[in-house]
Amino acid sequence: MRRSLANIFQLGIKELYSLRFDPVMLLLIVYMFTFAVFEEAQNANVDVVNAAVGIVDEDRSQLSRRIGDALLPPRFQPPDALAIDEIDAAMEAARYTFVIDIPPGFQADILAGRPAVVQLNVDATAMGLAGTGAGYIQRIIAQELNAFLQSDGATPAVNIVTRARFNPNLETTWFQGAMSLTNNITLMAMLLTGAALIREREHGTIEHLLVMPLRPVEIMLAKVWANGLVVVIAASLSLFIVVQGALAVPISGSIPLYLSGTVIYLFSVTSLGIYLATLARSMPQFGLLTMIVYVIMLLLSGGNTPLESMPAQLQTIMQLVPSTHFVRLAQAILFRDAGLAVVWPQFVATAAIGALFFLAALLRFRKTVTLMQG
Amino acid sequence: MNAIARLSDLSHRYKKIVALDGITLDLPAGRMVGLIGPDGVGKSSLLALMAGVRKIQAGSVQVLGRDMRRMRSRRAICPRIAYMPQGLGQNLYMTLTVFENIDFFGRLFGQPREERLRRIKELLESTGLAPFAGRAAGKLSGGMKQKLGLCCALIHDPQLLILDEPTTGVDPLSRRQFWELIERIRSRRQDMSVIVATAYMDEAERFDWLVAMDAGQVLASGSPAELKARTGTANLDAAFIQLLPEHKRRDHLALIIPPHQVKHGSPVIEASALTRRFGDFIAVDQVSFTIEGGEIFGFLGSNGCGKTTTMKMLTGLLPSSGGEARLFGHPADARDIDLRKRVGYMSQSFSLYSELTVRQNLLLHARIFQLPRAEIEARVKEMTERFGLDDVTDELADKLPLGVRQRLSLAVAVIHGPEILILDEPTSGVDPVARDQFWALLIQLSRDDGVTIFISTHFMNEAERCDRVSLMHAGRVLAQGSPVALISARSAKNLKETFIAYLEEAAGTEPAAAQLGTALDRNNQVAAPQLRSKRLPIDPARRAWAYARRESLEIMRDPIRIAFALLGPIILMIAFGYGITFDLEDISYAVLDHDQTPESRNYLENFAGSRYFNQRSPLQNYAEMESRLSKGRLTFAIEIPPGFGNDLKRDRQPEVGIWLDGAIPFRAETALGYILGVHQYYLEQRIRSESSSDQRPTPLTIETHFRYNQDFKSVYAIVPGTIMMLLVWIPAMMTAAGVVREKEMGSITNFYATPVRGLEFLLGKQAPYVVIALLNFASLMLLAVFLFQVPVKGSLAALLVGGLLYVIATTGLGLLMSSFMKTQIAAIFGTAIITTMPAVNFSGFFAPVASLTPGAQVFARIFPSSYFQQISLGTFTKALGFEALMVNFWMLALLILAYLLSALSLLQTQER
Repeated sequence: MRRSLANIFQLGIKELYSLRFDPVMLLLIVYMFTFAVFEEAQNANVDVVNAAVGIVDEDRSQLSRRIGDALLPPRFQPPDALAIDEIDAAMEAARYTFVIDIPPGFQADILAGRPAVVQLNVDATAMGLAGTGAGYIQRIIAQELNAFLQSDGATPAVNIVTRARFNPNLETTWFQGAMSLTNNITLMAMLLTGAALIREREHGTIEHLLVMPLRPVEIMLAKVWANGLVVVIAASLSLFIVVQGALAVPISGSIPLYLSGTVIYLFSVTSLGIYLATLARSMPQFGLLTMIVYVIMLLLSGGNTPLESMPAQLQTIMQLVPSTHFVRLAQAILFRDAGLAVVWPQFVATAAIGALFFLAALLRFRKTVTLMQG
Repeated sequence: MNAIARLSDLSHRYKKIVALDGITLDLPAGRMVGLIGPDGVGKSSLLALMAGVRKIQAGSVQVLGRDMRRMRSRRAICPRIAYMPQGLGQNLYMTLTVFENIDFFGRLFGQPREERLRRIKELLESTGLAPFAGRAAGKLSGGMKQKLGLCCALIHDPQLLILDEPTTGVDPLSRRQFWELIERIRSRRQDMSVIVATAYMDEAERFDWLVAMDAGQVLASGSPAELKARTGTANLDAAFIQLLPEHKRRDHLALIIPPHQVKHGSPVIEASALTRRFGDFIAVDQVSFTIEGGEIFGFLGSNGCGKTTTMKMLTGLLPSSGGEARLFGHPADARDIDLRKRVGYMSQSFSLYSELTVRQNLLLHARIFQLPRAEIEARVKEMTERFGLDDVTDELADKLPLGVRQRLSLAVAVIHGPEILILDEPTSGVDPVARDQFWALLIQLSRDDGVTIFISTHFMNEAERCDRVSLMHAGRVLAQGSPVALISARSAKNLKETFIAYLEEAAGTEPAAAQLGTALDRNNQVAAPQLRSKRLPIDPARRAWAYARRESLEIMRDPIRIAFALLGPIILMIAFGYGITFDLEDISYAVLDHDQTPESRNYLENFAGSRYFNQRSPLQNYAEMESRLSKGRLTFAIEIPPGFGNDLKRDRQPEVGIWLDGAIPFRAETALGYILGVHQYYLEQRIRSESSSDQRPTPLTIETHFRYNQDFKSVYAIVPGTIMMLLVWIPAMMTAAGVVREKEMGSITNFYATPVRGLEFLLGKQAPYVVIALLNFASLMLLAVFLFQVPVKGSLAALLVGGLLYVIATTGLGLLMSSFMKTQIAAIFGTAIITTMPAVNFSGFFAPVASLTPGAQVFARIFPSSYFQQISLGTFTKALGFEALMVNFWMLALLILAYLLSALSLLQTQER
């Protein structure tokens, strides 16, 4: 047993040395954990930010101008004035997501208490912001109208007060920053570990290891710990420097708990990486296979769109994928300040799935050497 | 002297390594010129520079009287040169058949069908490959691959034939046949010059004129007889060693091999009827031998004859399919850890960790072999001294010269003091001096330490040094015994002749040379006049088509790539189409009702009735609310204050509290929108029902038109967007990897060495990927319409034209990527990373382009995704036609042109 641990340690150190001389991989690690996290958090917005609005003002009254002026950044760009016959072309070219049409005599009708109709055209193909954006505009128009009339006649019977827990201003950057960090952990762990195994196979050093007094399980565990360590260090730095620092995301939960979850998750994905490497016969094949697996994990684990919106069967299938549990775990710890008492099922599930992949890879490990004969 | 090539002051370096160091030399025309010397002395660089496939750095090269530095003159003479690079079948396409390979080269030289077929027939018959015309090049033996390479080189009647180590690793019979073939061809075409590089000195004896090279310099040149006379030696091996500079020669010692003392113990290594099959291919067929302790046992055979496979079975790396291998009387089982400590293994590729230093390599192995900690230091020191590694202990293994690296490999293999040493071609590529030094170490190990050595080689002189050898061919042992006994049994001159005799016997043929001769003579009469046929005007389209055709054949024979290309998009489309959705339903919520009156229940009923919400068991207190929110069980909670009902009746504006889980902002925002909608509806209902109230209803109505997607279903936006995304991602990745693959495999040389121009190469490579991408497009459209029920509401023609332009643009983007990627893995990941962000974030897929920051908009404009997103979404969902989308078509066309021109300007037409 002690012998085994010493071997695993020695081989892992060797693994780290190998990585030190792979500039492409190192560059990719730096890119993925700095620039990529930052850019995605800044730009991957699916909520109402900087929306393009057009206004057809046929009234040209104080009230109609007031409505236009009330559409403010960061949610809206300053609205552009349009003529009524430009609406269709502008919306077809997707220049505007929203076009407001204020009819002639609007202010006069309102003042006289006559019913008045404002048209709001929404490009409903912009799924991310069409629904919520339309809601915002409706409320802004109503507010402006009330303020204009300065009447309390319209005070509602019931007031509603909303408070968002965990992220009071519903800033997407918080969410995107943490999720893109999570996604990049997945990709890099799979890629590093799998590529390390394939590289050893291509250089013939894996055979060398197998004729030494080593067992495959030791070789695999060495890869798991060494590559996992690299990713966990990179991810921690990224969390402190990029997410908390540059993106200024306040992390409310326990970072040590999150990082221990990450360690368990890394066991799971590095094992998956090794398993994929035993399926592929060459580096390019491994690359293609990993890309497909990664993209599916990226989009369907709940980090991009909520899991509960997916069809039930798909949700069930995704329970077998470790990233689903890790995404849930990361959201719970980082944003909701959940403790171990809350997230332990995810810890267990991630570890169990990891053990399955590890076992499957172990069973194929010796066979991969013979595969190189093709 | 009439020179075929004139080199003057030619130098070439790779970063810090000097490959050629100021060479000035004239090579005679109409002769067979040999470049001799070990690996890494600059032979290959010199040949590549003469063939025009490598860019000249310093000095000048004139071939056939033309300056090879000038593109124009290279182009003019390249149809008169043929170049066969180093490595078995390096310029061949392994999945293509023999016929298809030659045919491809014929097409590159613009030969019309009739001429091509005639030439292929001639070449196949004269090389004896005719019966194998339909076999894939990858399934040929080494010797046959080299013959095929020669056919490909000769299809256009070159005046100068440049061959880089054409026979390395080929069995001696095939080697002899190869040279006989060359001689036949030369006798037919007196004016043809041949320049050959070789590492086999015995082959060099038959050349007309030799250039001996070392360390990038010419040691001597002249006929073999001249060289031997000048050095006063009997053979070229010795002559070469004499020609080496003093300091290198000094290390050379004549090898003395003490005779093996036969100990009559039990055999150390035994194999009985050992067999290994891979599918229906039998790699090792009933091989048996026994090896005594302390013996040096050699395995002699060509590449791919089963030597490595046998050795792997002995080490237990590979299970046998039949028979048995025993070491020290124990079955060779990989799981037997104690057995492994008694065996040392050195594999073909000198499997060292190139990124560790010499010392680190030794330490790592010592520790893994569990040497006692106290002894490790001393043992490592002993090894570095004994194997002459003292000066380099802290160098990286990667930086060592080949000969030193090989000694390190041996040191690593014996650090644990094994009783058996298994060495798989340990000396390939090493110069003769280093090879003899290595053998001195082996002899020491065997005779002094009593280590049993099992070694494989394809060098005859090494095999002669073994106590016993086994001659192997095609998985079988042809003969076994001491070299002397084998030679005398066949009464042959030397071991090579002996091997050839056994090979001929095994093939069950007449001596092959005679057979070849008749075939050639027969052809000679027919072929000779035709060989001078006039060259036809070369058609660029024909060459582009040659590339397109070949690429398609290759893709169709690569099941993994074709599966990825055709099924990948379908799988991903299904996953995305179902998986990505902005439609939120069944949002879970719970109620904390402090009031519990009919009024509060009336308010809450509106939520319970909405299809968007899913009510969970009510909350008892704040703690429970907090706990359920933080577990992610609830998306929001509604709190009704105490006295809600009373306050409502008295118009005191009670305040309802909503507690949202803000962890996923998008979900929270959407939920909030729905909540406010329900709330508003409640207020309106209330006003309507209490018409007696003095409140005046708001006269304003906001009519909201959800255009293009009245049901507001994500699928109508996601499916067209997914098509956009998959059609950039996969075609760009496939194309980039397809071009880089040629760089990695080495077949890019064919582009450098033949008259193909950059544009022809690029368009030829792109065309098959455009076709694949169009198939993807078709399958994705079918999925959209039939599986996801997203109809094409606008112009189908516009969608089709847009799709065509888009895939031309995305494959073009792939071509552009490939111009600066070096490995397939980099091409795959680099292209994925570079195309994903613009396709997902800057295309209008998730957020409209109009909402992007100005910087991001620029980014969106230089990638094709934003334009096709408009076309795809426009024709599927917005019911648009050509007119409304026109600008997008123009922009795509512009991008196609821009990508192609950039790729063309970045494409290298020579190796650097």
